[in-house]
Amino acid sequence: MTEFKKTSDQHACAPQSTFTNKSVSRRQFVFGASALLAVTAIPFSRNAVADAIARPLTELSGRVFDLTIDYQTVNITGEPAQATVINQLLPGPLLRWKEGETVTLRVKNNLDRDTSLHWHGMILPTGMDGVPGLSFGGIKPGETFEYQFPVKQSGTYWYHSHSGFQEQTGAYGAIVIEPKDAEPVAFDREYVVMLSDWSDEAPESIYANLKKQSDYYNYHERTLSDLFADIKKQGLVNTWKARSMWNQQRMTDRDISDVTGATYTYLINGNSPAQPWQALFKAGEKVRLRVINSSAMTIFDVRIPGLKMTVVASDGQNVQPVTVDEFRIGVAETYDLIVEPEAGNAYSLFAQSIDRSGYAIGHLTSDYGLSAKVPAMDPVPILTHGDMGMKMDMANMDHSSMAMGADSMSGHSMQGHAMDHSSMPMGADSMSGHSMQGHAMDHSSMTMGADSMSDQSMQGHAMDHSSMTMGADTMSGQSMQGHAMDHSSMTMEGIGLAGYGSNSELVHLESEQGPQVDMRADAPQSGLNDPGIGLREHQEKYHRKVLTYADLKGLHATKDKRQPSREIQLHLTGNMDRYMWSINGLKFADSEPLELSYGERVRITLVNDTMMTHPMHLHGMWSELETGDPDYIPRKHTVLVQPGSKISYLVTADALGQWAYHCHLLYHMPGMFRKVVVK
Amino acid sequence: MKNVKSPILTLGLFAASVGCSLVYADAQDDPLLTSVMIDQLETGLNSGDATNVSAQAWLGYDLNKLWLKVDSEYTSSDEQELEVQALYSHAVAPYWNLQMGVRQDIKPTPTRHWAVLGVQGLAPYWFDIDAALFLGEEGRSAVRLSVEQEWLVTQKLILTPEIEMNAYSQNDAKTNIGSGLSDISAGLRLRYEITRKFAPYIGLDWSRKLGNTADLVRSDGESISETQFVVGVKAWF
Repeated sequence: MTEFKKTSDQHACAPQSTFTNKSVSRRQFVFGASALLAVTAIPFSRNAVADAIARPLTELSGRVFDLTIDYQTVNITGEPAQATVINQLLPGPLLRWKEGETVTLRVKNNLDRDTSLHWHGMILPTGMDGVPGLSFGGIKPGETFEYQFPVKQSGTYWYHSHSGFQEQTGAYGAIVIEPKDAEPVAFDREYVVMLSDWSDEAPESIYANLKKQSDYYNYHERTLSDLFADIKKQGLVNTWKARSMWNQQRMTDRDISDVTGATYTYLINGNSPAQPWQALFKAGEKVRLRVINSSAMTIFDVRIPGLKMTVVASDGQNVQPVTVDEFRIGVAETYDLIVEPEAGNAYSLFAQSIDRSGYAIGHLTSDYGLSAKVPAMDPVPILTHGDMGMKMDMANMDHSSMAMGADSMSGHSMQGHAMDHSSMPMGADSMSGHSMQGHAMDHSSMTMGADSMSDQSMQGHAMDHSSMTMGADTMSGQSMQGHAMDHSSMTMEGIGLAGYGSNSELVHLESEQGPQVDMRADAPQSGLNDPGIGLREHQEKYHRKVLTYADLKGLHATKDKRQPSREIQLHLTGNMDRYMWSINGLKFADSEPLELSYGERVRITLVNDTMMTHPMHLHGMWSELETGDPDYIPRKHTVLVQPGSKISYLVTADALGQWAYHCHLLYHMPGMFRKVVVK
Repeated sequence: MKNVKSPILTLGLFAASVGCSLVYADAQDDPLLTSVMIDQLETGLNSGDATNVSAQAWLGYDLNKLWLKVDSEYTSSDEQELEVQALYSHAVAPYWNLQMGVRQDIKPTPTRHWAVLGVQGLAPYWFDIDAALFLGEEGRSAVRLSVEQEWLVTQKLILTPEIEMNAYSQNDAKTNIGSGLSDISAGLRLRYEITRKFAPYIGLDWSRKLGNTADLVRSDGESISETQFVVGVKAWF
């Protein structure tokens, strides 16, 4: 079933393939200090280094694991740089566990400062979660910490340092857990595909550069030639109008990633595009790819030209299979795919960064002699008004008047509005324009939700909505709220039924005001059906079906079918120019813990008041993403929140203790972080 | 050139002193940082043209910083200007800092002292603004406004137009300053960012004395208007 142990022997350009020692020598590119001296004395070609690095992951399995964390000099770009490595490997060893067993992990710190390992996505006792300051005191230099916990789940996960910026410099690895019961997914061969971003710059320098000049790494800004091209195409007046909002706001519609290919080299299993990672398959095989985004800052769009990908799991949890051509993977997310490559072919596994400043690439091939074409990157995404959570530029006046009232409107009334559209003869296909899309999406999410609802609740729902939308054209924002309240008496608590997302009113707290927050979304779109910036036209333009969160339905029935007893609305906030990040305008250092009562079922609604896409990660408990089917809610540990959008998930507070809750973009994390206490 | 070095030396010492205490606590969201920005270090292409240094440095956190501004112009030993401002900078809005402190005009002599109240920030349509009110001895007051924009020709080739003007409340014959709008200058610089932190440039700099100041300067037999082609470097760290 697995191929990890064999691949090194099959590797065509692997002079070290005879090594069997798993911990040290297999990764030739990780030079020890003495090796570095020798290497710097001898002029080595980049290819010589590159040849040595296209290597598979090293796997460790069993119940007891000894891991050491060290500094090592590595050479990924052609220049030596310092990495933080686990067992002398970058990425660290792939850990293979079995559901139902108890694992023991002895982690030795050989650094000159504290370290830690966090088992990302694992449901475990709080003391074993590995977050310094919350779960334990961290691992001091020279000390060994013993983690021990029962493995109660299966699937694809990963682990990483939760100390400082060590994760950026290589302190991460994959976890694969075999299920106790029969594997519901059939496959003949599997590979872990660990995506990451590497920089020769010290992470502290990257962070300082961003604080001093937030667009330091952005080389996709608008230029004068873009301006002249726009004027030529649209005329001076229209160009002025189109840019006016951005210019007034002092924001750029080209602000996609904080840290880009200007400093990053994108890796698959530690291999740079200079020497792509390679994976073999045999004729007729179903190959399972366990894709993990262990980047510090990079969201990837992944595709394998020529192959359909069937998504069978997300964040380790099985989902109802959905076949796509492309998917976006946020930092810390995982997706399991089944692909059926044809013999005699080579395929590129292509992961372009969200801002198109670079890519990671690997090859699936039936023969190392075959080479696959490297696809071109897609155009650089350009943000729209909708991505700022602003009213959308609608052709239809009714729409814009609706959106304008959005300050006082609840999310629900927006959805109601979208519902109304589904009955309009003008379908999504006939709508044109970028900003319309978000709208069309809302509508489809409603229709989807309605399909899967029971007859009774659907009636109630639909009736109420129609009455709401009917009045909408003439109603003021205030009377509309009244309607929303009517509706609330119909549902359990007025916050919306479990599985369908939030109905609650959008509230910007007082703490969001101040120099630390540069934007507040007044009319956030639903992030559920939106493939995201830079992917929205791919169906139309390239006939690529792009995965959205709305496509994710749990394979197994929802365990906790209770309605949420309350809703917590959190706003992701920041000031890009000052490079400050926060939640509800408060950074972690100034915030109070978020308290949950043990056993309660709550909804968390995240509203993104920024132009960045934030992967939000809740430790210790599942984030049950409300994708429209209450009976099959998919469980995730990390949820992408699109710019100017909102998204909701349910949480059952079944894990006592202190947990971290944060944006998984490494340089957002120090500020955009909350302590969650379950008691 | 001796005097031109002094602001650089000042900045250097400042940077060195704070550099030593620079702390990157582990993933601290708001570490103590320091930055030195040499906005202009340039010389005119004709003999007799001035050598200019315009630099800033700060030490601090996201919202509160100690801020140093140095402006120096050296033409000859008896024709030089050196001004230093030491400010406390406090963020008051997403794009605006309020800056308070002191300014010392070391050259020309006699030295003048001022209290400073200013705003520095980014206005809509991407105008970089630095505006300040100065209150000096003997009831003197002054205002200064400088406005700058950055136009990207390419991602690395950047054109920077800027305008600065000064006005004073009363005559100060000893330093050749007259009341009212005293001078205006405009510059256009084209830099190439070899790296984000190091960019050589060429430019055109024009300045003109106005009103009473122009009269004072004229009576000294000096020209009231100057145009220079400059070469220089912009750098920060």
